[in-house]
Amino acid sequence: MSVAPAFEKAKADGRGVLIGCMPAGFPTVPGSIAAMRAMVESGVDVVEVEFPYSDPVMDGPVIQRASEIALAGGVRTRDVLHAIEAAAQAGAPVILMTYWNPIERYGVDRFARDLAAAGGAGLITPDLIPDEAQEWLAAADRYGLDRVFLAAPSSTDARLAGAAAASRGFVYAASIMGVTGTREQVSASAPRLVARLREVTDLPIGVGLGVRDSTQAAAVAGYADGVIVGTALIRCLLDAADEASGLDALRRLATDLAAGVRHPQRS
Amino acid sequence: MTGALSAAGLLPDVAGHFGRYGGRFMPEALVPALDELDAEYRHAQADEAFQAEFSRLLRDYAGTPSMLYDATRLSDAVGARILLKREDLNHTGAHKVRNVLGQALLTVRMGKPRVIAETGAGQHGVAAATACALFGLECVVYMGEEDTRRQALNVARMKMLGAEVIPVSSGSRTLKDAMNEALRDWVTNVATTHYMIGTAAGPHPFPAMVRDFARGIGVEARAQCLALAGRLPDAVCACVGGGSNAIGIFHAFIPDESVRLYGFEAGGDGVETGRHAASISGDGGVGVLHGARTYLLQDEDGQTRESHSISAGLDYPGVGPEHAWLADTGRAVYQPVTDAEAMAAFERLCRTEGIIPAIESAHALAGALRIAPTLGTDPVILVNLSGRGDKDVQTAGRFFGFLGEHA
Repeated sequence: MSVAPAFEKAKADGRGVLIGCMPAGFPTVPGSIAAMRAMVESGVDVVEVEFPYSDPVMDGPVIQRASEIALAGGVRTRDVLHAIEAAAQAGAPVILMTYWNPIERYGVDRFARDLAAAGGAGLITPDLIPDEAQEWLAAADRYGLDRVFLAAPSSTDARLAGAAAASRGFVYAASIMGVTGTREQVSASAPRLVARLREVTDLPIGVGLGVRDSTQAAAVAGYADGVIVGTALIRCLLDAADEASGLDALRRLATDLAAGVRHPQRS
Repeated sequence: MTGALSAAGLLPDVAGHFGRYGGRFMPEALVPALDELDAEYRHAQADEAFQAEFSRLLRDYAGTPSMLYDATRLSDAVGARILLKREDLNHTGAHKVRNVLGQALLTVRMGKPRVIAETGAGQHGVAAATACALFGLECVVYMGEEDTRRQALNVARMKMLGAEVIPVSSGSRTLKDAMNEALRDWVTNVATTHYMIGTAAGPHPFPAMVRDFARGIGVEARAQCLALAGRLPDAVCACVGGGSNAIGIFHAFIPDESVRLYGFEAGGDGVETGRHAASISGDGGVGVLHGARTYLLQDEDGQTRESHSISAGLDYPGVGPEHAWLADTGRAVYQPVTDAEAMAAFERLCRTEGIIPAIESAHALAGALRIAPTLGTDPVILVNLSGRGDKDVQTAGRFFGFLGEHA
């Protein structure tokens, strides 16, 4: 199931899409599935499952820590696929954010097949640029999967066009130069990056890196099609005394963020 | 044929591929910086002023060409003529000074005031701090927390040279995590910062660029060997962690089909134990790590495995992509050398020649002693003595029982 219908529906409703991230296997495999379901029940439109990886060079301390916990708990590739399948049954499209080596190790075509069979929408690939993605582009076509490449403020216009042309579903605008979850707010460079992307693509644009509350979500929804929240949601579980209170905090934040994207602030 | 292509500078391709290896597996945010570096490097290669300045620094500051030493006492005992390329006598004590001088010159050309580097044992960190002091660049070195404790003297050296040393407490707290943290810094500060990678690995253009800065080792050694022995060596031996000293000495010999190239990886406790750092010759497999497709230590699911070696400089789970390609084509042969074999060779060089090698380089020597009987009568073996052992006195002293565990 592509993420495209979620964007189309939100656009028709005059609001932004809320994309909520959660690492598979954090804090446990069942715990991560419970968290994904809670997010969907609280208004998250698209679940972005994160594939825990030993060397997450694009991620800040919170996602690093969550990934370490998941890996220390023994999460395997098959658990990631299982979590995707379970989350997809909650009724929202599920897309997987993954560093490239676990996919390459599993076999690109085989992973695409199994991801599609699990009901996954596709992949977001933070360390795979279109230049190196021939095998994945072909596999995504074969199995009808979304492929989301990143665009950055430092990208040239030609590279933005290339990333958009290779993408399907949406384009991920990494709005600040940096790793996930380390800035207080989305930088001023985000609207400019989105505007530059609009020049080269009609695909929806999601903005990630830095959104923490409904005010920021409303602001981002004012110029972008999707608001991607990871660190703030994951922190709810990381900081909680126990699983139940963590899920409560997660529901509260997801509900708050969902309200935010429903009231886009257009400046 | 394949070798000639590489020697002619035709490999990697424009996107940094050595066959199926190399390339760029990096966040999009860093691609413009990699493109800028690649362009700057290409201009510099063709710029006589840059090459003259690089040559001058290598000669007057680093002390190259390093000597080729006929190790006759060791040779007599081995039944092969062992020639040692004395990179250990370079300023800062290893071949790494060549790379940092080249990259520092590029940093200045790009107008970037800040340099970051990763380091394991601290050798590249010290070299980077040295080059930054020489050029007045700000220098930040990421080093695994575990390594800052094991290598406190090198931390002090870097600080004396004006560098800031940031201990990394994520992941396994060693070299690979220092590299992760350096990449996180780079993606945040790329507009003002050059990432001075310490080996011939990482995303394009680093593997080719670092190789080219180090390839003088082989160019010099080839001419020196011809002058000293009247012929090319039968074999060239080097240790391989990331692989910069190895590709540096191999590269000029790739077209010489009679010359066998041997890379010796850190076998740790033995590759069969799983505790090693032999990416190619162990049980790794092909994957993607730190920006390139190459051989690496990984589990069934593609998670990076921790490496193990008595030599901190070889203790890395990946390897430069050109080595992966040389291994697949058969032009170079890679074998593991255990900690115990390396330390036996270390001791032997100390006792026969009065040279204390870096433990990294002792792996190359151990490999040379192993293959000597396979090379026919009176073979000539060129060994890259890539670094000196001053930094390893504590580790070696403990290994041989001259120092207590807590010394």
